[in-house]
Amino acid sequence: MRLISILILTLVFVFSTNQASASPVDTYEFQDEVTKIRFQALSKELRCPKCQNQNLADSNSPIAADLRRELYELLQQGKADIEIVNFMVDRYGEFVLYRPRVSQLTYVLWFGPAVLILFGIIIVIVIVRRKPVPKEALVLTKAQQDKLNSLIKDK
Amino acid sequence: MGKLIRFLPLILVIALGVVLYRGLSLNPQDMPSALVGKTMPAFELQTLNNSDKMVTQADLLGDIVLINVWATWCPTCKYEHPYLVDVAKDDQVKLYGLNYKDERVAAQQWLQQYEDPYVFSIFDDEGTLGLNLGVYGAPETFVIDHHGIIRKRFAGAIDTRVWRREFEPLIAQLIEEKKQGK
Repeated sequence: MRLISILILTLVFVFSTNQASASPVDTYEFQDEVTKIRFQALSKELRCPKCQNQNLADSNSPIAADLRRELYELLQQGKADIEIVNFMVDRYGEFVLYRPRVSQLTYVLWFGPAVLILFGIIIVIVIVRRKPVPKEALVLTKAQQDKLNSLIKDK
Repeated sequence: MGKLIRFLPLILVIALGVVLYRGLSLNPQDMPSALVGKTMPAFELQTLNNSDKMVTQADLLGDIVLINVWATWCPTCKYEHPYLVDVAKDDQVKLYGLNYKDERVAAQQWLQQYEDPYVFSIFDDEGTLGLNLGVYGAPETFVIDHHGIIRKRFAGAIDTRVWRREFEPLIAQLIEEKKQGK
């Protein structure tokens, strides 16, 4: 019984927090479905400069609302995605891109994981292929054998 | 070789520790502006005190200029205001305001109440110039040289310590450049 009530409480909690963090709703109208999809995709790819861990689509901050409006207007003007991205980068820096472009600054970001995996694979290969110790080396020498015999005899 | 490999994990952990420790003291809000080194974006906007008077980027040219982004809805702007009044007394720089996404009457009242340090304030109620400058909050302060090139963007409040550390060296350098006729 108690378990059930806890479960219900948890569900209510999860549900209510979900509602509290609902994304902002803008009432933009698009002339076609493609533009709408592009708007949604771009507002997910672009980061809100003020609240650094949210994208434009998620953020409630005034600057994010401004940038969504700007994004909408640029789309209405018929600008290409790349032009819009450049527009934002020119003003707010590489930072606004959730998928940063490949440049000297971001080499580590882009290629770091691949290099680490390669490093790991090399280590595994080295360990696996290491030659086992030859059997002869495991045989006791005469002196060792004598010592062993004497120890057993003592018992 | 064998012994060295034994110490490798320790060395890696120490290196990771150093990297993470450095991260503790970095400020994630401190981002380089995309506009440093570029010319001041073009604009044509009213001044705060006179809706008939239009100003453009040309009105800022020729001096070492500070543009302070402010608004009455911004509590930190109130904090930095007395320091700006001090800065305005320095006649080697000209301080202009950019009243960002604000209401005219409230902003005018603010300047009457707390003293107006600005040569004039640009009235940017829609935030268009703010957007072109990459402003994402207030207060922010831009340093523009006598050629109209943006040399620095500072996000946050100015006080004596910030002024000494962030602005004084740059302004001294700009004054020197201007003297040499660069």
